[in-house]
Amino acid sequence: MDALDLARWQFGITTVYHFLFVPLTISLAFIVAGFQTAWFRTGNEKYLKLTRFFGELFLINFAMGVVTGIVQEFQFGMNWSDYSRFVGDIFGAPLAIEGLLAFFLESTFLGLWIFGWDKLPRRVHLACIWIVALATALSAYIILAANAWMQQPVGYVVNTAAGRAELKDFLAVLTNPTVLLAFPHVIAGAFMTGGAFVLGIAVWRLVRRPGEDGAPFRTAAKVGATVLLVGGLFVIVSGDQLGQHIATDQPMKLAAAEDLQTTQKSAPFSVFTLWDLNGKEVFSIQIPDMLSILATHDPNGQVQGINDLQAQEQAQYGPGDYSPIVPVTFWSFRFMIGAGGLAALAALWFLWKLRKGRVPNKGAILVGGALPFLPLAANSFAWIFTEMGRQPWIVYGQQLTASAVSPSVSSLEVAITLVGFTLLYGGLAVVEIGLLAKRIGAALPAGEAASTDSADHPMPFAY
Amino acid sequence: MLHDIWFLLIAVLWIGYFVLEGFDFGLGILLPFLGRTDKERRALINAIGPVWDGNEVWVLVAGGATFAAFPFWYATLFSGFYLALFLILVALILRGVAFEYRSKRDDPRWRRAWDWAIFVGSAVPALLWGVAFANIVGGVPIDKNMEYTGDLFTLLNPFGLLGGAVTLTLFMTHGAAYISLKTEGELRRRANGTLPVIGLVAAVTAVAFLAWTQASSMVAVSAVVSVLAALALVGALLANRLGREGWAFIGTALTIALAVAALFLHLYPNVMPSSTDAAYSLTVSNASSTDYTLTIMTVVAVIFTPLVLLYQGWTYWVFRKRISADRIPDVSEFATPPSAS
Ligand code: HDD
Ligand code: HEM
Ligand code: HEM
Repeated sequence: MDALDLARWQFGITTVYHFLFVPLTISLAFIVAGFQTAWFRTGNEKYLKLTRFFGELFLINFAMGVVTGIVQEFQFGMNWSDYSRFVGDIFGAPLAIEGLLAFFLESTFLGLWIFGWDKLPRRVHLACIWIVALATALSAYIILAANAWMQQPVGYVVNTAAGRAELKDFLAVLTNPTVLLAFPHVIAGAFMTGGAFVLGIAVWRLVRRPGEDGAPFRTAAKVGATVLLVGGLFVIVSGDQLGQHIATDQPMKLAAAEDLQTTQKSAPFSVFTLWDLNGKEVFSIQIPDMLSILATHDPNGQVQGINDLQAQEQAQYGPGDYSPIVPVTFWSFRFMIGAGGLAALAALWFLWKLRKGRVPNKGAILVGGALPFLPLAANSFAWIFTEMGRQPWIVYGQQLTASAVSPSVSSLEVAITLVGFTLLYGGLAVVEIGLLAKRIGAALPAGEAASTDSADHPMPFAY
Repeated sequence: MLHDIWFLLIAVLWIGYFVLEGFDFGLGILLPFLGRTDKERRALINAIGPVWDGNEVWVLVAGGATFAAFPFWYATLFSGFYLALFLILVALILRGVAFEYRSKRDDPRWRRAWDWAIFVGSAVPALLWGVAFANIVGGVPIDKNMEYTGDLFTLLNPFGLLGGAVTLTLFMTHGAAYISLKTEGELRRRANGTLPVIGLVAAVTAVAFLAWTQASSMVAVSAVVSVLAALALVGALLANRLGREGWAFIGTALTIALAVAALFLHLYPNVMPSSTDAAYSLTVSNASSTDYTLTIMTVVAVIFTPLVLLYQGWTYWVFRKRISADRIPDVSEFATPPSAS
């Protein structure tokens, strides 16, 4: 493998890994803030217990989100220096602004929240977790705006003499149609992740430890299921709009999502397809007209095929292969929808099971245990689809991934860091899962935190 | 004009980073030596608990701002110093996770392992940032395409290593000053005893390094600021002798700020001088973004940097109290074993 392939693997691995923690951070921040608000309003101990129980899980997850994020910030320069030179005038600003606006808020107010239980007035302490939650959403918006620019470059001109793209309209970058659609979709997907996490854990506790902490975990299960379900609805609505958008803006991605070779009207959507070794379809379950509906909201609508798009792009950009790796886009698109859809169905099922004070049976624990992994998988496949579907471009229509890689970095160097990060991340995953499991099984923390801060009193919350 | 302002702002961001993260690096390095019992080590970690992540964001913003204001600098530097940055990243990852996870289990082996992760995770960046900055100022081989042509070992030259020794020992001194200011009892006493020893080593290496920098090419303002940095360090050592812990901490903070300022003043108007041919050097003008981008960035920075300083300052106020080992609870609340399962 050459440095380019290694660098692509590295970006893919580190980014997907970062994004395992991100959706959970975003949604848990809001959910924990919600629990704390409920406690603040009602004074009911069960909400305080939930705040601290899920707050602790949130912190374990947050730490991983932070440390994997640092790698993201540096690796554009390390592995993609020609990309950085080409887009720096545009792409650097959101990164810097994300740090200055969002990361400072997140990290500072989280520190205040963790250590401030006994030092801040309750109202101010509650405000801290809300600021953290809003800052995670802000950070998501800004970085998605940066990513959207790579999908759909706007507000710029290419200065060929300087060999770079130059910013002309920053507002256009921040209101890129792609980010306006991608942000609700990603946030909804994040809420599905947090909802499934809370629901799965609550069900596990209700079944395995019946009688103990029943009231708080019943509440948690209902909150989790509702968040998961509502998130699911928003994901479908916003995903549908994204589909319409890429049908016009990145038609190749949409064609590759279906392996649609020739332009056609009333195009079907295949739920499942098998190919033989020559790429010929041998078996397929299809929903007639569905792809046309997705792309145009019209069963007779026309969807462009890979061959025609390939010919168009060759005419526009010169010889070359402008289609992504179709099996990857095809399956990742289906897994995104499938895993997410299953999770939403499970939420419905649990709401039914929990109705009127019922307790789920032993069998439910299997579904509950698997549940948190479904939206996580959906998110990962979604990014693989979005990013791999853009290939061979790194900046759509402007820069090829192949001409973005760092010329001065050898394949040996990339190999060292690739192996290094992968091993480190693998080891940390084991540690993190172990800690989460231990915490999920642990007794709920005592209700009222010691709220006096005198010199002889132990600190209630400490590292 | 705008790119000169941004050179200044980036210097400010790096100064902020080294002054703030400097003491939590120093504390991390001193952790296994000053903290003799588990509770003492927990007290030390809790002394930076609320602030270390906020301190670390300074480097993220410095990196992001370099990308935005001087993309060519960012590209050449980060791809050039590739393996050194990889080591820094690994160290920062271990350290960040270690603070969060260390006390979540009661097992002494688990805790000892994370203590060493904090030590290594603090010492490696403390050393390598100095190596990196010494090489930026001293110049590295860069070709006419703005590509770095050396490797990791090119950076490990005597001047670079001396630079690393300076940041390592300065941060340790700064960390000792912080511990003496933020803790009570034994920890405070030990930190006050350690400070003059490590501070003296820092003074010698720093003076040697700054003198070497000026000797290779004299820049008058930078030389003056270097002298001020040395004086600040002497002041810190004196304050320590007089038992003025607050002043000692201000002294070490000033030392770091002035030393970094001296390096940036020496660098200007280059951002990465080439040792291959001066004509290939990256400068504030050939490495910078367009005026439009810089204007936007300036507006954002002018509005939000003071806000950040305000609320970060408030955090330090909220947690102004000294910490002592005997206020650390016996078992961390969340290390409680599960009830019968
Ligand atoms: C949609 C959301 C999203 C996406 C696509 C990304 N991130 Fe992220 N990132 C977050 C949402 C987020 C967050 C929710 O704000 C995190 C997660 C955990 C955390 O601490 O904040 C975070 C943390 C985080 C941090 C650490 C912040 C700190 O120390 O507090 C950095 C430096 C980055 N990210 C950088 C990036 C870069 C350069 C990305 C692009 C490749 C990226 N992230 C993708
Ligand atoms: C919002 C931030 C981003 C996210 C969440 C994201 C996510 C992803 C994902 C999931 C992949 C596919 C991984 C794989 O192939 O295994 C990927 C690939 C890639 N991304 Fe992104 N990306 C983001 C931004 C960027 C940016 C800013 C760059 C610019 C350098 C970039 C460049 C790449 C490259 C070069 C690949 C490799 C492509 C390939 O393997 O085919 N991405 N990214
Ligand atoms: C739980 C389920 C789902 C999750 C977690 C999820 C998550 C995501 C994420 C994280 C992305 C990348 C965001 C971006 O484009 O910037 C994405 C892209 C996309 N999603 Fe989903 N999604 C889900 C379900 C759906 C559904 C049901 C649809 C369609 C009806 C859909 C359609 C799309 C499309 C078309 C894209 C590509 C957008 C682009 O390339 O610009 N998704 N999804």
